[in-house]
Amino acid sequence: MGLAIVLALIVAPEDLDQGVSQRIFYIHVPIALTAYFCFGLGAWKALLLLWRGEERYDLESYVAIHQGTIFGVLTLVTGSIWAKASWGHWWLWSEDQLVLFLVLFLFYCAYFMLRFSLEEGPRRARSSAVYALFGVVLIPVSFLAIRLAEGLIHPTVFTREGPQMSGSMFATFCVSWAAVTLLAYVLYRVELVGKRLDADLRELREALR
Amino acid sequence: MTYLADVAALARKDLKVELRARDTLPAMLLFVLSTLVIFHFALPSDTGDDAAYGLLWVAIVFTALLGLARAWVPEHEHGVLDGLVLAPCDRSAIWLGKTLATLAFLLAAEVVALPAFALFFAPLNATALVAVVLVDIGICAVGSLLAAMAAAGRARELLLPLLFLPLAIPLVVGGVGAAISPEGGRYLLLLALYDGVFAVLSWASFEYVVTE
Repeated sequence: MGLAIVLALIVAPEDLDQGVSQRIFYIHVPIALTAYFCFGLGAWKALLLLWRGEERYDLESYVAIHQGTIFGVLTLVTGSIWAKASWGHWWLWSEDQLVLFLVLFLFYCAYFMLRFSLEEGPRRARSSAVYALFGVVLIPVSFLAIRLAEGLIHPTVFTREGPQMSGSMFATFCVSWAAVTLLAYVLYRVELVGKRLDADLRELREALR
Repeated sequence: MTYLADVAALARKDLKVELRARDTLPAMLLFVLSTLVIFHFALPSDTGDDAAYGLLWVAIVFTALLGLARAWVPEHEHGVLDGLVLAPCDRSAIWLGKTLATLAFLLAAEVVALPAFALFFAPLNATALVAVVLVDIGICAVGSLLAAMAAAGRARELLLPLLFLPLAIPLVVGGVGAAISPEGGRYLLLLALYDGVFAVLSWASFEYVVTE
């Protein structure tokens, strides 16, 4: 992570167009990709739960989605800052990635509401799992919808050009990506261990009573 | 064949309950009409038709929410759902029956709401009407599953809109696009895709939501 920050701030050459503000790219994009990855992982664990019916997948799915939501919020914040710096607006409805993250953020907040309003037990686990699966299907469908809607507001079709990065920029990007993924993984493990300890403790308390 | 017969029996049960009790449909009708009147006053008088088309979809989504919130209430109050789950039929038939019944209510409400919309605001073309039907199917398919989920929770009236609205965003995008864009066909495709994907997903996952 430290290496990634050093590389992102100092080593990578500045973008001619956007100057310093472009450096947030090395944080923003890896965080966004990690958030997607966490949501995907959560849905995968949810699928495993429905398939195999093992209880541990419930907690794993929940923790993955929790991490995904945290990284999603960070994506919204960093994306907003970048948008302010490079386009002069905090929020642009025409930026489809930002809008998609807002939709996902709302969706996964609802996921937590669902979890906290149901009684603990296999039914809650399964309902949450079904909702998590809906989320991962919602991502491409909303992306398509937002793309279409954007075409409606801005008739000019702007094609995004491929990864136009010089070698050192790309290397920095990869290191940042690896660092953020590692960070997410560590957080995931830590929270999982904590939540499991919590559950074990509760069980012990019940048993002692 | 027995599957379809089960579905038909379940949907007929819901329609009969509604015909006798008249709980949901009059409320939906009144709600959608008052919403349209509110929208008339909410829009400045020189607003174009496009804004009105946008609000039509808001009205439809919220009316559907009203119906969906009531969808599983009779089952819950009298413990019917446990009986249905124990009944010797495929569980997904329960979902399909409920979806069809809710769809019937929503379409009935729109039979009144759409002419009223055309009268108050702007005429609707054929693409928009197809979009309304596709959106209704999507709303009912996803909504009846989510309503079953929410019905088990503590604050079910609060929970359902929270669960449902993020999932309804693509539907609103598709509906508005089909109504105002010159290339409405692409939006109809989006809606059809949404309906297909989410209907299959809800159909497959309903069993997990209702069993204990």
